[in-house]
Amino acid sequence: MIPAAVDYVRADSAEAAIAALVEHGDEAKLLAGGQSLVPLMRLRLATPTVLVDVGRATDLVGISVEGDTVSIGALTTHSTLEHSAELAAACPLLAHVASLVGDPAVRHRGTLGGSLAHADPASDLPAAVLALGGTLVVAGPGGTREVAATDFFTGFLESVLAVDEVLTEVRVPVSTGGWSYQKFNRRAQDWAIVGVVVAEGGAGVSLVNMASTPIRATAVEAALAGGASATDAAASAADGTEPPTDNQADGPYREHLARVLTARALTAAGI
Amino acid sequence: MTDTISPFVGGIVGTPRLRKEDPALLTGESRFIDDLQLPGALWIALVRSPYAHARIGAIDASAALAVDGVVAVYTGADLEGDWAGPLPCAWPVTDDMKNPAHLPLAVGKANFAGDGVAVVVATSRYAAADGVEGVVVDYEPLEAVVDVRDAASDRLVIHEDCGTNVAYDWELTPDPDGVAAAFENAVHHVTETYVHQRLIPAPMETRGVAVVPAPHNGDMTLYSSTQIPHVLKVMAALTLGVPEQKLRVVAPSVGGGFGCKLNVYAEELVCMTLANRHGVPVRWTETRTEAATATIQGRAQRQTIELAADADGKLTGVRATLLADMGAYLQLVAPGVPLLGAFLYHGLYDVPVYSFTCRSVFTNLTPTDAYRGAGRPEATYAIERAMDALAVAVGVGQDEIRSRNFIPTEKFPYDSPAGLIFDSGNYQPTLDRAKELMDWDGRRAEQAERRAAGSTMHLGLGISSYVEMCGLAPSRTLAALNYGAGGWESATVRILPTCKVQVVTGATPHGQGHETSWSMIVADQLGVDPDDVEVLHSDTAISPLGMDTYGSRSLSVGGTALWMATEKVIHKARAIAAHMLEANADDLDFAGGTFTVKGSPDKEVPLAAVAFGAFTAHDLPDGMEPNLEAQVTWDPGNFVFPFGTHIAVVEVDEETGAVELIDYAAVDDCGNQINPMIVEGQLHGGIVQGVAQALWEEAIYDADGQLRSANLADYLVPSAAECIDMKLDHTVTPSPTNPMGVKGVGEAGTIASTPAVMNAVVDALRPMGITDVRMPASPMTVRRAIEAAGGSS
Repeated sequence: MIPAAVDYVRADSAEAAIAALVEHGDEAKLLAGGQSLVPLMRLRLATPTVLVDVGRATDLVGISVEGDTVSIGALTTHSTLEHSAELAAACPLLAHVASLVGDPAVRHRGTLGGSLAHADPASDLPAAVLALGGTLVVAGPGGTREVAATDFFTGFLESVLAVDEVLTEVRVPVSTGGWSYQKFNRRAQDWAIVGVVVAEGGAGVSLVNMASTPIRATAVEAALAGGASATDAAASAADGTEPPTDNQADGPYREHLARVLTARALTAAGI
Repeated sequence: MTDTISPFVGGIVGTPRLRKEDPALLTGESRFIDDLQLPGALWIALVRSPYAHARIGAIDASAALAVDGVVAVYTGADLEGDWAGPLPCAWPVTDDMKNPAHLPLAVGKANFAGDGVAVVVATSRYAAADGVEGVVVDYEPLEAVVDVRDAASDRLVIHEDCGTNVAYDWELTPDPDGVAAAFENAVHHVTETYVHQRLIPAPMETRGVAVVPAPHNGDMTLYSSTQIPHVLKVMAALTLGVPEQKLRVVAPSVGGGFGCKLNVYAEELVCMTLANRHGVPVRWTETRTEAATATIQGRAQRQTIELAADADGKLTGVRATLLADMGAYLQLVAPGVPLLGAFLYHGLYDVPVYSFTCRSVFTNLTPTDAYRGAGRPEATYAIERAMDALAVAVGVGQDEIRSRNFIPTEKFPYDSPAGLIFDSGNYQPTLDRAKELMDWDGRRAEQAERRAAGSTMHLGLGISSYVEMCGLAPSRTLAALNYGAGGWESATVRILPTCKVQVVTGATPHGQGHETSWSMIVADQLGVDPDDVEVLHSDTAISPLGMDTYGSRSLSVGGTALWMATEKVIHKARAIAAHMLEANADDLDFAGGTFTVKGSPDKEVPLAAVAFGAFTAHDLPDGMEPNLEAQVTWDPGNFVFPFGTHIAVVEVDEETGAVELIDYAAVDDCGNQINPMIVEGQLHGGIVQGVAQALWEEAIYDADGQLRSANLADYLVPSAAECIDMKLDHTVTPSPTNPMGVKGVGEAGTIASTPAVMNAVVDALRPMGITDVRMPASPMTVRRAIEAAGGSS
């Protein structure tokens, strides 16, 4: 529980962060809210030699709604999402999911960008952005690119982010159609054993902790698009998943939960 | 029943009062071990075996010694000559108990994952941690023994010199023929087997040690986050062979213990010997991972209980057998933990004959020891779960089976079939009141309605009635159980010249609120403001005599010593007042802090005048010593026996297996209450801790003896979000064991709540044919039980 020695660099803007990442290469790690990285460092499971702290990069904070797009700065905290009236009106699903992350202390430090960049399949927000069909804005030394959420996650705790890139913004469509998040866990503060997100009347359905990345429940989406009932669609919730086994659940139990929770989520979303 | 009515008339005892400890705790003013500023201190970090069972080969510390800030590295072999003896086990329950040598740092073989094999000494905590990574140990991994039944088979013997994994066998069967006859003639014979998983105590503050030596005069101060500074002083002196009079032990603010700080640990002795070797302060703060692997764990028992009953369900005999997991070594009181339950497997039921046997074995897992309730939660769980099984067999309600068997009130003091004398009890009213609080009949109707409607959200109702023995303990009884110390407690009351009061207690608090309760007792007796009473504790230089805090003993033993010391001071003050008033001491009344002459209320002298007079000593009665101070050491004549009934209501989601506690009622009787707010707080925390065993907590080990729940993300300590409002009430049946009529309440909630919740879970599932669910009742465990019983898909 005692981290290894690490150098600390403060970057007060995305530009400064990119410059620091270019300078230190893959020895560096971005520090945002630190709610995932710092525990890993304390257990010495992560041992970056340089921390680039973007905690004061105010250009990466904020929520704005223009037309049919909600743009959220990567450093916006879960707590801000949870309590934003603007977000509650434009994309209530995302505000609700943010309210279920960890505990209040985690939500006051943790950031949307940090959660997505950490790419934990057990996290709530990556699956929500996935179900919403979000877009991630990534800045690097060569400029800015946009990545669809469906293309962002590449493996367990892995994404398309290069070592010198910074996730700067998350865009999701304005979405007020039927939605639900069914988070199944044993304590309020825990990661989901399994979670199911339904967005925009079933146009997007995603699963938490059912594979090495957050995944879309494509079989459910297809069944719904084909006119299947909620019950019938939910029966295919575990199709194509590769759920992990841990203290809380093995694969077959997770598959069972995925089906049960998908049925509940679809019902709650009015489908 | 011999009731002792409350001796308190001052209007302070018995009323809720905020804790005087809390402002300092809540603002961070209180100082815990890790807050101590010790210039020049060296930090240690232990190199711990990653294997549950391994021979220790060569240890190469060269890379560690090259780390900036690392001062030295010692192996177990390097320090072997520093110990006058192994780590102590103070409870050799049988004369032939096997007790393998337990050195602070292992030599030759590591016997659990977490066993210390070397220590790094460095100028900072960080350098010490870096140093640990540089110590290369050549381990030869051995097969690990992780299951108690496997251990008992002696298929693989862990401690070769013991020749067996069985530490001891212990039996209590006062009437073997009677027990045999009871089961032969039983109309109903219930046999149940239950498993108590291992629990990690997980206090908010992990352990910590700091040792400050005085190399030239040989003094040494040991600061430790411990429940037992007094016991630790004696044990450390013996283990290290240092002169006890040179040793001072201080427990600063201690952030909880739940029994896990009722011990003598390797790190305390390693810091002491290294402080000697280096001549500077040496300190250590435990990490949360170490708290999971290197601090004792609790429970870890496999139990079989048999009930014999007649056609009406009236118990005619109880027989219990245990297989208890001691872990890799015997810690301070571990062998005695099953014995603390051994007398209570018949619960609060009137049973003529009784049998208890226990076999305790070694495994390659973290040592176990006392954990909140220590033996009594296990006993209560067994009898209360089995009583539900008996109710089903007889065909009566869970409430009725209990009412038919409660020890009748007129039988107190009750000679128990296990040989105890239950001091006082009146059980039926606690069941009646708990049912009323819970709206038992309404809940039963709701349960039936849901079942009739085919709901997949099942209600379950669970009762747990309990009696426990606490207030440890009469010293002679402890002697009969081979315990290595006494059970007395000490207190000093000192009225200062300005009529402020200092109290010295040997009962060392670690979160219980002694300062508040003790000052209320003394203030009530003396007629002073509780804020004018200062309670001194937890430092053997200030409070040299004590047996510390565990086993719900502080109030009934230490509080009684305090009450008696205050009476003794009043007795002396009365003599001085009589002298001042030129009256006979027997003719004085003392109330509200003033002595008055009976029949002449205008003739009075306040305690303040007496206190100042005792200080100046200008005009004391002939032969009287100056000052107002008295010390009492009290050895109780019996245990005290709190009791009560708890009822839990759970909702079980058939589709997911999730169990939610939705309602809870508890009616407890701990005799007279000093501060009802503290009583409620103990119950709230205790109940949640017991619910946690039922629903959340488990030290999960794999087949290799690796702990898979070594942090608070994987070990599910409940948070406030998992707690519900509880309906609490109480009855008052004073104890005749002590003059205050008090019992104990520190462990009662934990003792009662686990079986209440599990009985509720099984009650919800019983229509499916389910009769038991292994703890904790996790969603997957419950769902699997439902699937096995053919439940919904």
